[in-house]
Amino acid sequence: MTRAIVFAPKSARRGDVIEIRATIQHPMETGYRWDGKGGLVGRDIVSRLECRYEGELVFAVDLWQAIAANPMVSFFTIATTSGTLELKWTGDHGFAHTETAALTVE
Amino acid sequence: MRFVPFVLVAVSLAAVADTRRSGFDDMSPATQAMQRDDEQNPALLWLKDGEQRFAADCARCHAPASMRGVAVRYPAFDNVLARPVTLAERINLCRTRQMKAAPLAPESAPLLALEMVVANASRGLPIAPPDDARLGPFRERGRELFFRRQGQLDFSCAQCHDQHPGGRLAGSPIPQGHPTGYPIYRLEWQDVGSLQRRLRNCMSGVRALPFDYGAPEFVALELYLMQRAAGMALETPAVRP
Repeated sequence: MTRAIVFAPKSARRGDVIEIRATIQHPMETGYRWDGKGGLVGRDIVSRLECRYEGELVFAVDLWQAIAANPMVSFFTIATTSGTLELKWTGDHGFAHTETAALTVE
Repeated sequence: MRFVPFVLVAVSLAAVADTRRSGFDDMSPATQAMQRDDEQNPALLWLKDGEQRFAADCARCHAPASMRGVAVRYPAFDNVLARPVTLAERINLCRTRQMKAAPLAPESAPLLALEMVVANASRGLPIAPPDDARLGPFRERGRELFFRRQGQLDFSCAQCHDQHPGGRLAGSPIPQGHPTGYPIYRLEWQDVGSLQRRLRNCMSGVRALPFDYGAPEFVALELYLMQRAAGMALETPAVRP
């Protein structure tokens, strides 16, 4: 089971810059390592994280093999309206995981 | 009874000046920040998993708050088995005796997660090995192992961790080797692991054949190491390089 943790403020004032931190449990297997039998271990990484704020894309990052396992990403956005932050990770072998966080803007 | 004078010496030395350092003190500021800030600590993924497992399986008997102070006194003596058991072993005994469930595999993610929850409940408490005379011979055996040379490189634990802490081995700093934060998230493993995994790592490092998980030698070593670190604060979940 995939596990992810998102830290985001529950509430903010309009115009505030807010920080969002997201960590996901994932091996980030590079595809460059050898297994015990002399074969390559297949690549298995999270390749993209997107954050949508009330449906609008506010942040996206492409991840590559050089990123360590269980990657944590921290980014900022401006609180404009009360709504939902939706974080979606996608990766190899059809990997997809979504977490949401509710934000109240006064 | 041979261990008693040793304990007295350790206590009196601690009263003069405690020169013991947690591995935390010898880490880079970046790795220290990772451990200090829960929002950056990858071990939190295991901790959250463990909290859910604890709520589902253990909370029927144990209140989460009642776990405070448990991890700092393990390994402890088990009356039924008539030998000391580690915290991981104790969790599995609880599963087989009380829950009538299958034990979790050593070093498996669910077991590490549960171990982490129990140890995290004691975060900040001083390590307090139980004052139990029955543990004496086992602890003495651990001390013996700590000072015994082993492997093709013919090193004992003490040669690095007692005689050369602060130095370097192949470019990596040698810590004093206090088990203050297990289970740890180790950056080299990119994973969470137990003290026994760390000990197996050291053993293959000196090209010795590592003991199996749960081997009596490891329990004895854990007993000695916890005695050696008595009074130091538990940091679980710690991050190590």
